[in-house]
Amino acid sequence: MNVLVYLVPVALMLGLTGLIAFLWSLKSGQYEDLDGAAVRILPDDDIAD
Amino acid sequence: MAEVLDLSSFVEHNAGGAAHMTLAVEGVGCAACIRKIESGLNKLPGVIDARLNFTQRRLAVDWREDEIAAAQIVAALEKIGYRAHPFAPERVEADENRHAKWLLKCLSVAGFAGMNVMLLSVAVWSGNVSDMTRETRDVFHWLSALIALPAAAYAGQPFFQSALRALRSGELNMDVPISVGVVLALGLSLFETATHATHAYFDSALMLLFFLLCGRYLEQMMRRKTRLFAGNLASQKAEFAHRLDANGELTRVPVSAVVPGDQVLVRPGEIVPADGQILTGSSEIDESLVTGETVHRHVNAGAQVYAGCINFSGALTVRVTAAGTGTLVDEVERLLRKAVEAKSRTVRLADRAARLYAPVVHAAAALTAVGWLIAGASPHDSIVAAIAVLIITCPCALALAIPAVQVIAAGQLFRSSIILNSGDAIERFAEIDTVIFDKTGTLTLPDPDLDVGSMDPDLLAHAARLALSSRHPLAAALARHAAENVPYPAAVEEAGRGVRVLIDGKEARLGSAAFCGLPDSDRQLQDRDPGASFMAFSYADRAAFIPIRQALRTDAIAVTQALKARGLDLIILSGDRGEAVGPVAMRLGIKQWLAKLTPAEKIAAIELYKSQGRRVLMVGDGLNDAPALAAAHASLSPITAAHLTQAHADALFLGERLAPVLCAIDVSRRARWLMKQNLWLTVVYNAVAVPIAVAGLVTPLIAALAMSGSSIMVTLNALRARLSMSRDPALKLVQAPAEPVEALVQSVELAS
Repeated sequence: MNVLVYLVPVALMLGLTGLIAFLWSLKSGQYEDLDGAAVRILPDDDIAD
Repeated sequence: MAEVLDLSSFVEHNAGGAAHMTLAVEGVGCAACIRKIESGLNKLPGVIDARLNFTQRRLAVDWREDEIAAAQIVAALEKIGYRAHPFAPERVEADENRHAKWLLKCLSVAGFAGMNVMLLSVAVWSGNVSDMTRETRDVFHWLSALIALPAAAYAGQPFFQSALRALRSGELNMDVPISVGVVLALGLSLFETATHATHAYFDSALMLLFFLLCGRYLEQMMRRKTRLFAGNLASQKAEFAHRLDANGELTRVPVSAVVPGDQVLVRPGEIVPADGQILTGSSEIDESLVTGETVHRHVNAGAQVYAGCINFSGALTVRVTAAGTGTLVDEVERLLRKAVEAKSRTVRLADRAARLYAPVVHAAAALTAVGWLIAGASPHDSIVAAIAVLIITCPCALALAIPAVQVIAAGQLFRSSIILNSGDAIERFAEIDTVIFDKTGTLTLPDPDLDVGSMDPDLLAHAARLALSSRHPLAAALARHAAENVPYPAAVEEAGRGVRVLIDGKEARLGSAAFCGLPDSDRQLQDRDPGASFMAFSYADRAAFIPIRQALRTDAIAVTQALKARGLDLIILSGDRGEAVGPVAMRLGIKQWLAKLTPAEKIAAIELYKSQGRRVLMVGDGLNDAPALAAAHASLSPITAAHLTQAHADALFLGERLAPVLCAIDVSRRARWLMKQNLWLTVVYNAVAVPIAVAGLVTPLIAALAMSGSSIMVTLNALRARLSMSRDPALKLVQAPAEPVEALVQSVELAS
């Protein structure tokens, strides 16, 4: 059972990382314009012609 | 544009000469639009950043004020091909956005914590039936507590706060049993952990919060969506006024920027932007939006005019007075206050369920504890059984039962061009048995139209094309019949009389009877056909009167018949004259109608029907209908209604047709039926689950299964609303031909 000593903290850290990542994405306004994000990928003006 | 456009009331000024403005943009439909708008604006000198929110159809622009003006940005957008309307975000909308964000944060915390605790719980459950040592289990339970307690304290805030508020005002709402359940489940689990017991309920508490927050967030999204759409629509509708400055200069300003004391110029054909007193000029004005009266009133200097009236014949200078100074407006305000107070007493279905639920569940839990004590169990075991009852009765399903249906029904209504102002309106729409209509602007279209049948088509074609050159409001109705939007190049408008032009060397005139050389006076015509207004047209040696009247909404007859087929009583209460109301009532087959009513008389009539035990739906648009809308059990307004009236309607409908009224009733009835069904489902669920809990057989595993099972059951049942509603003929009636405004609804609709 000694393996739990580091497996459990690792599992919790992973969960916490996910939560923090979500809260960060919420704060930086990534959910403000969901439809826009979907269509903004279409124009390929970043490719040099 | 000759005059100056002043948008300063919409601009936010930031430090360093930077300015910010939000615009609602029309006609954005694809990815290319985003690029066109953003790159088009970013190229302008002085623009720091322009970003379009595609979901909301709103554009945020930042610029340096010393290099470019707000009006130039709007003009630039117009040049690219998009009409943009400056937009003053409402306080309510900002509050709702913040609330939605907070709920999402709570939801994410509950979700992540719930998942991690469940990870530990599953280990404990499988360990309990195999070889887990007591020490390991204790460690897992303590770890669960470490995650669950702070997470629940954070994620439970929406419920704890609302429960506290309810208790402080001496009431019970659904959040009280939820909060009690969560706190007791956590407290018990902590105690069990400390005493090295086998079972802890940390996962149940978090899962409960997670499910409930899902429901809350969906509800919030629905409200935000409708608010957003209404906000965009309001800014598109926002009118401009011509303000006269002290030195006699004209500035075009948004109506919201006009303050009492300002002088505004109202030209013929324009809408009076604010309540006020006429300083100079005389004219005929159409007050149908205010009083429902279709005959025009003659006004002179000194007369009071109301916002929303249409100025017909002469230019007026109006001094704006504070809103609500006129006798009519005062009366409406006073009646409104009374009606709104009376209405707040109605009880919502969810609150009724909560009132019944909380005492029953808490009594059942107490009885369980007492029962086990009498049967000889230890106090600890009795309390564990009692708390298991609290957890298993699961306010979760009950709290989801109604919002889940509401969200789906509101979405359905939204797609049928109905915007709800309040979520509980659905319940009230479902209960009504009498529909009261206002006539002008509700049964009839807000804009008048002409009788085409009686006219020579050749003459009509000339008249319609000539009407394009006139600013007279009646001419606008005629101009809609023009084959193409090309006015005669040499047409001349004579103010207050009409327009004339030479066609193939012969003169054509459109305007008053005298102007066209027709002998008949308006008065005699009015007597022959009281519902209509007339324009005269002469071309060469031919001449004709063109009757223009308030046309019924195209589907009015079909809808009133369908309403009657549903067993609803139909009544017309109008502020217009009897001669105008009678024919409309007859065509629609409505036997009960009253004309020439004041706002107070409308309320009195509604009160009378209410005292007969009827539940009344009021459909109206005029300022004079606002108190009646507030007094009725439920209310609907077309989007063209006066501002005050819109604010007091439970829902607004868009478009040219009356079908949304039928649709609102149908969808709501079905929604209410599903709500009741859901409530009964939770009752049945509890009838099965509670005996198990009372018997003391509930393990955390059973609690978790029961909780998610019942929530999913209720949500799936609510989703049935979508299936059955899409088969509804009334919806087909609404959705059949696509109108531009419905396309707009669909384009603004958020991902759902």
